[in-house]
Amino acid sequence: MLSTLKYIAVVLWSAFVVAPLLWALTTSFKTANGVTGGPTYLPYIGFEPSLDGWRSLFGGAGGIDIVRPYMDSLIVTSSASLISIVLGTLAAYGLSRFEYRAGFVKNTDIIFFFISQRIMPPIVLAIPFFLMLQFLGLLDTKIGLILVYVALLLPIAVWIMVDFFDGVPRQIDEMAMLDGCTPFEAFWRIVLPNSMPGILVASMFCVIFGWNDFFFAFTLTFTDTQLLPVAVVSLNSSVTPWWSLSASALVSVAPLILIAIFVERLLSRGTLAGAIR
Amino acid sequence: MGQTGLRFYKFSFLLPGFLVLLAIILFPLLFTIRVSLSGWDAIAPGLNWAGLTNYAHVFSDGRFWEAMLRLSAMAVGTVLVQYVLGFALALLVWRDILFRRIFRVLFLIPMMTTPVIMSVIWRTIFHESLGPANDVLGLIGLGPYPWLTSANFAMAAVMLVEIWQWTPFMFLLLLAGLLSLPREPFLAAAIDGAGPVRTFFNVTFPLLVPVSIGAVVIRLIEASKIMETVYVLTSGGPGTATETAGYYIYIKGLRDFEIGYAASLSITYLVIMIVLLTIIAKLLVRIFIGRSA
Repeated sequence: MLSTLKYIAVVLWSAFVVAPLLWALTTSFKTANGVTGGPTYLPYIGFEPSLDGWRSLFGGAGGIDIVRPYMDSLIVTSSASLISIVLGTLAAYGLSRFEYRAGFVKNTDIIFFFISQRIMPPIVLAIPFFLMLQFLGLLDTKIGLILVYVALLLPIAVWIMVDFFDGVPRQIDEMAMLDGCTPFEAFWRIVLPNSMPGILVASMFCVIFGWNDFFFAFTLTFTDTQLLPVAVVSLNSSVTPWWSLSASALVSVAPLILIAIFVERLLSRGTLAGAIR
Repeated sequence: MGQTGLRFYKFSFLLPGFLVLLAIILFPLLFTIRVSLSGWDAIAPGLNWAGLTNYAHVFSDGRFWEAMLRLSAMAVGTVLVQYVLGFALALLVWRDILFRRIFRVLFLIPMMTTPVIMSVIWRTIFHESLGPANDVLGLIGLGPYPWLTSANFAMAAVMLVEIWQWTPFMFLLLLAGLLSLPREPFLAAAIDGAGPVRTFFNVTFPLLVPVSIGAVVIRLIEASKIMETVYVLTSGGPGTATETAGYYIYIKGLRDFEIGYAASLSITYLVIMIVLLTIIAKLLVRIFIGRSA
């Protein structure tokens, strides 16, 4: 009895979770007639399927060309994540192993400085970022966006990696240094190879938050650079072409859905338990 | 190794990241404070000096304070629901259930999807006559409801989307917490003959309090920025029924171009958020950890 209820609950929630995605999938095969005919769900039975929505992704009528925004999103997200992980891992290792002191400022305050950037509402930063990038001539460029995203992602990397390094026994690097390694060699040869799970988790979160940002891409780029969320949302109007909107939405969220599978693997292997506390 | 050598390594680890972040963040913050003391708008752009007039205006701006209250209600409401649901889901797929790995993957999916893109899809779902929301409710004899055009339903729609999107985050942290728990307390409880309910309140929940506090605080921080969902689903409407603080500042600053005033709103908003979130975090720690210690 109890276990039947359990399965009902789990199945109901799963249905709720996938419903919007399935709706998008079925809508992506509709035409104007299929949409205005009211909500229908099954091709051939409810509506006559067509590939117009999917064709519009590659320059077909009534949609957006998805290829360029896709590349822009890929370049910006991966560069910003990479920079954040490198700088964040180094800083986190330092904060976990050494003591810093400047007046009343101690390690925990520095860690708080990094993390507190996440509290900053995007709107507070948007206007000054706009003027700053304008001054640097980086408005509407990928480099400008990468710079801004590093500020958003670096705190995530530091946060996760400090926790992770705190869980790696200090004896490991002390042994290496007794063997004549410099602190940097100890970090590079001994600690880093043992920290891959933490780095994976941190990179994953950086990619998720970078790929999914909308507001900064929306306020800081216009025509030369256009990221996916901005491109897709530009289809949102009173006369939205639902079919191309759905197709482009699905293509945009697909790569990160694969990350869900990967996260589950880490979870079931117990790797995440160590990295997220 | 000498002291100087160690100092060199110590700072070469920390400083690159620290300085980059400082350089990117410090200018915007200082600049916003300065702009908030100016009358910069579309007619007179530039850094003149207006003293504290903007801030005086903020205090009497009813629309802003309403938006703040609405935001707090939305943030606290959705985060609580997300926590309860996330915890329940984590418990459901924690142990003995068939296909648990498949369910775990499914439960994680929404947090991976781009919020603003999913909001556009949700907007089609909530369409009064062409969307499936009213269609499905119609099957059980409810509706049709004016999802995005009546104040209460628009609020419900925004909160529903937030819950769909972010319950997985709670689920993820709590499941990771559950999976890392030691076995012994559960064996002890079983030997004492404790049922599932007592085991939960005496063993599972207390052990997960630290993870819970962390998860709730992180989500509150992120929820205090709710804005994109509102922008796409309702544009703050109908009227100002779903306008959050962030969205109001966006309208003032980047649409009406009252840069000076928007900056003073931003600073007020930021200070309130930091104070409130710190108090909430301290309170949670004191209530749940202070008592059990």
